[in-house]
Amino acid sequence: MAYRIEIGLKRGILDARGRGAAARAASALRLPLKSIQTRTIYQLDARLSRAQLEAVCEAFTDPVIEIAAIGRLRPPPFDWLIEVGFKPGVTDNVGRTARFALQDVLARPLAEDEAVYTAIQYFVRGVGLTRAQIEHLAQDLLANLLIQTIRIFSPDEWKNEPTDESVPAIHEQAEPTVKTYDLGGADEDLLRISREHILSLSLDEMRAIRDYFKRPAVRTARQALGLPEQPTDVEVECVAQTWSEHCSHKVFSAKINYVDEQGHAEAITSLFKTYIKASTEKIAKSLDWLVSVFTDNAGIIRFNERLNLVYKVETHNSPSALDPYGGAMTGIVGVNRDPMGTGMGANLLCNVWGYCLGSPFYAGNLPAGLMHPRRIRDGVHQGVIEGGNQSGIPWTRGWEIFDDRYIGKPLVFCGTVGYLPVKLQGRPSERKEVKPGDVMLMLGGRIGKDGIHGATFSSEELRVESPVQAVQIGDPITQRKMYEFLMEARDLGLYRAITDNGAGGLSCSAGEMGRMSGGADLDLGLAPLKYQGLQPWEIFLSEAQERMTLAVAPEQVQALLDLARRRDVEATVLGTFTDSGVLVVRYKERVVGRLDMDFLYDGCPVMTLEARWTPPQVPAPLPLRAGKCDSVLTELLADLNLCSKEFKSRQYDGEVKGLSVVKPYAGVYSDMPSDATIMRVEYDHPEGIILAEGINPFYSDLDTYAMMASVIDEGVRRVISAGGRLGQIAGLDNFCWPDPVESEKTPDGRYKLAQLVRANKALYDVTTALGVPCISGKDSVKNDSTRGGRKISIPPTVLFSTIARMDDVHKAVTMDMKVAGDLIYVIGLTRRELGASAFFRWLAQRQNTPTHVGGAVPSLDIPQALQLYRAMNKATDQGLLRSAHTPTRGGLAVAFALSAMGGDVGIEVELGKVPAESGLTDDELLFAESNSRFVITITSEHVRALEALFQGLPCACVGRVTKDKILRVKGLRAQTLITAKTASLRKAFKGTLYGI
Amino acid sequence: MASKPPVLIITGYGVNCEAESKVAWEMAGADAQLIHLHDLLAEPARLRSFKALMFIGGFSFGDHMGSGHVLALRIRHRLRDELQPFIEAGNLILGVCNGFQVMVKLGLLPGLDHDYFNQKIALMQNDGGTFQNFWVNLRFEAASPCVFTRGLDRMPLPIRHGEGKIFTTDRDLLDTLERTHCVACRYVDGKTGLPTMRFPDNPNGSLNAIAGLCDPTGRIFGLMPHPEAYLFPENHPQWQTQRLHGKLPQNGLGLQIFQNATKYLRG
Repeated sequence: MAYRIEIGLKRGILDARGRGAAARAASALRLPLKSIQTRTIYQLDARLSRAQLEAVCEAFTDPVIEIAAIGRLRPPPFDWLIEVGFKPGVTDNVGRTARFALQDVLARPLAEDEAVYTAIQYFVRGVGLTRAQIEHLAQDLLANLLIQTIRIFSPDEWKNEPTDESVPAIHEQAEPTVKTYDLGGADEDLLRISREHILSLSLDEMRAIRDYFKRPAVRTARQALGLPEQPTDVEVECVAQTWSEHCSHKVFSAKINYVDEQGHAEAITSLFKTYIKASTEKIAKSLDWLVSVFTDNAGIIRFNERLNLVYKVETHNSPSALDPYGGAMTGIVGVNRDPMGTGMGANLLCNVWGYCLGSPFYAGNLPAGLMHPRRIRDGVHQGVIEGGNQSGIPWTRGWEIFDDRYIGKPLVFCGTVGYLPVKLQGRPSERKEVKPGDVMLMLGGRIGKDGIHGATFSSEELRVESPVQAVQIGDPITQRKMYEFLMEARDLGLYRAITDNGAGGLSCSAGEMGRMSGGADLDLGLAPLKYQGLQPWEIFLSEAQERMTLAVAPEQVQALLDLARRRDVEATVLGTFTDSGVLVVRYKERVVGRLDMDFLYDGCPVMTLEARWTPPQVPAPLPLRAGKCDSVLTELLADLNLCSKEFKSRQYDGEVKGLSVVKPYAGVYSDMPSDATIMRVEYDHPEGIILAEGINPFYSDLDTYAMMASVIDEGVRRVISAGGRLGQIAGLDNFCWPDPVESEKTPDGRYKLAQLVRANKALYDVTTALGVPCISGKDSVKNDSTRGGRKISIPPTVLFSTIARMDDVHKAVTMDMKVAGDLIYVIGLTRRELGASAFFRWLAQRQNTPTHVGGAVPSLDIPQALQLYRAMNKATDQGLLRSAHTPTRGGLAVAFALSAMGGDVGIEVELGKVPAESGLTDDELLFAESNSRFVITITSEHVRALEALFQGLPCACVGRVTKDKILRVKGLRAQTLITAKTASLRKAFKGTLYGI
Repeated sequence: MASKPPVLIITGYGVNCEAESKVAWEMAGADAQLIHLHDLLAEPARLRSFKALMFIGGFSFGDHMGSGHVLALRIRHRLRDELQPFIEAGNLILGVCNGFQVMVKLGLLPGLDHDYFNQKIALMQNDGGTFQNFWVNLRFEAASPCVFTRGLDRMPLPIRHGEGKIFTTDRDLLDTLERTHCVACRYVDGKTGLPTMRFPDNPNGSLNAIAGLCDPTGRIFGLMPHPEAYLFPENHPQWQTQRLHGKLPQNGLGLQIFQNATKYLRG
């Protein structure tokens, strides 16, 4: 029997949730609403007496501002009512908390079948609103039909509707069965099986699986365990997960025949090994701080004699396209588990995020089945905000890039830095060990159908029939409890190895850890389930969140289970690790799968792919008519890609832990984006870390080699400007690509793969030259959507994240110009490099030829960059710089403006003094995006010291800081190019996304 | 009194400021101990060995069902018998952010007429409707009996909350709070130094610009802004400019609240 409790705010009390929904409905959907009032519904599926029910109702209510009723509360005046609940089996975090509270009120533990479900009522007022408009509001703003249910009532319908006391419980009675796959048929049958079961396996791969099960030794071994002749669903699904692009990075390990523009052919055996790993291995020879790279969930580097640092950045693109809120929350909470599962488990220090999205103002036709970019953006932010804030981890970096090619698949980057004591129990903390006989234990959340096929699905393009169960919703509090428990257990030495359950769930984590001992044997029937009715293969593959897998010495199992119980963390023994060379899977003791570890991890056929580079022919925009540039600068600052992202950023907690030194926003009003952020790691030590990043997918339209070189330079340069040193900087590469494999769907696969090759070549060249090793990375290579019959592919996108150790955070330098009278210097050479620049994109847009952005993309003069960066290191060491800023998108013009706005000061600058190639025009000097440049300020006392450091390098005083808060830039002919009040520039910069 | 007063910080279930809160008390000269709520509830008498209790910030139970609501429910049901004598013994209780919300929902604040276990006032959703993180300016009320804020005047601190608006429809209650000087600190305009209802100086629309409350004894204090997030001078967003002008303090100013408490406990 279920009981319903409705809770609402007392009359006259501001309902911020309702007001927010009404405001979004008005601005995003243009619906003529008057107001929305909300109420929360709890449906209690529990055995309660009337007195208990009343006690619960009282306990759930805030007596000062809320009213409540058992059954129905008298509705406020309304024209339509929308009730939004969860579909059966979807994570309901509030319901889970309410269940917990219910136990306190009843002073008894609840039985397995007792639960609480929640829903929200939206009482909408507005004259003349039609049912269709209300359905639009419900489906396109308030609820996501993939995971939620909607019920709509007019006042009369509501009056006549009996009180709903049903609950979205799952009462599935499906008997657990194990099916077999008949792989004996023709090639078409193999492909059909792959397609129908969302295995995402190619013909070669299906054949390899077929052949494996035909091997006599395999047949004998399987027969001995009582397995049928044909492979079981548990086995095939497990192989498909392990071999998915998502888990095994097939494109990056493929053989590639690359032909460049001159027709030179080159055979590349693996992009990952040839460029990324080889670069790090080469750099590693001259560094002593790389502890563990590319082997664990995240890279590990030395911080000081006490601590190591761990850093990982992930993408969570496909789930965020389907359910932006749940997908992105799972992205941040999921990447937290990477450091948590690295080495013996790291403490979490800070988060980073970044999104590539369609414009929130997108007004074009949206292919059927895609959400409006604004809705995706709101949901993605909200998911990461709640996930990060509730986990108690501060954000340190955040950015957004907008391009309408991201409307098909948004890119959602989430990263986490953690730290590990160098030694635990006297042993190096990065070392994991699994011994045969160790117990396999699963920790954290329960298993449901959520996230099944997440790994294979993310390895596919987004189609209309993309699976609903690929959506997961994070539960930060369950994870927080697990995290605190893990740190306790780690410090007590209660386990020997740990990894997270991410893509592929148990099928991946059990297998991965089994590799360390040489095998594993587990029973899926022991796994705790959210609800009954899951098939064994579903339990094995489920990507239900907030779970880790541990290897525990048998003698410590009891102590671990006891601690878990005290910390309200579910821990379950699932099996043992072995050295049999085999993964054995049981369901209630019966064997349902057996796979040789060698086959599972090394049996996937390597692809051979073709790549051909043909430089694209892209016209340049027409030149700008000569004249003043005030309005260009103002419009650039207001451009979606350059404008302030502060409004949403302020909803993320950046101060928890109290370690911040340079925050994401700097300046007198804390409203200008910092080039890099700095935080302490320990309270009682002055050492810190600097974090920054580079990203510029626009350059990919012209040349991915230059794009990659530029984003690495940007990531490095931002760190240098904040006071970081060459030789201390590590990088993380996150590649997001459109499908680069030539096929019917992707006729331009050779070009896209060549773009990928070129980016990798640049990565090798630049990281080795600058000495910046990649310590971890990730690739996602199916970022296409073909919904509504339209293929939309993202531009090739690389996020290059940087992290650097800093000896003394007091030497930090921020971007804001601080004192009137200080001298402004431009360091580094400005060249005629405007291809795909913010200025050219702005021009091309204005000229109605938005793709006409051709021109030279910023190049990288590595020897000079090294000299400049070393000189900058000396300048920050000597404390010469009062401010330092890295010009990137928008060039010097935008850089001057941001730094001046930061200090709320004015500047006087002469472009003729800017160190530059010969023959540049005013526009080119202002807006070129050449690499390796800085804008700095110093006091006049330091002129000599600074100029000595930069002798022989491009470095010149271009003007000075003024008191009057006006930006004054003189052109080459000493004419006035820009005179703009910082106040009006600030208004433009902050206006575009304010409130959105 | 021992030279290092023992302070209990309750952890677990989603609160998350334990590290910096412990450092704050230790820098102030107290001996802070972290105890998971589960372990404390298993042996509630452990509370008796402490002189101060702190409810820290975070998201207890994800703030589902209202910030601090479920944690307060648990404490009311399972720790009340120890908390009552703890208060009567003259000990201190501090709550920051989520901790303040817990204390208000429990009734520990404002704790008028020694009624510490019935909720009297609300901390409700910010007028802006969303979580916010930025720095605000506080003014501490000289007439307040609050022992944590003695001698303090103004202080910049960060806020990080979604439900920080002090609210009641009961004007008499608000008047009583003012009359008894239970309003320990307010949000003020950065320029004028006067209490303000204007966003962002008042980040949530809190009535009478109230940022923190104490009980009439002054020994129980809660506030929305985070003093434990300003222990180091470099936590301040403009510390570099402060340094240029020779105005960088020795320690983060938030430490003073913990120093006041420790001084009081030492007698």
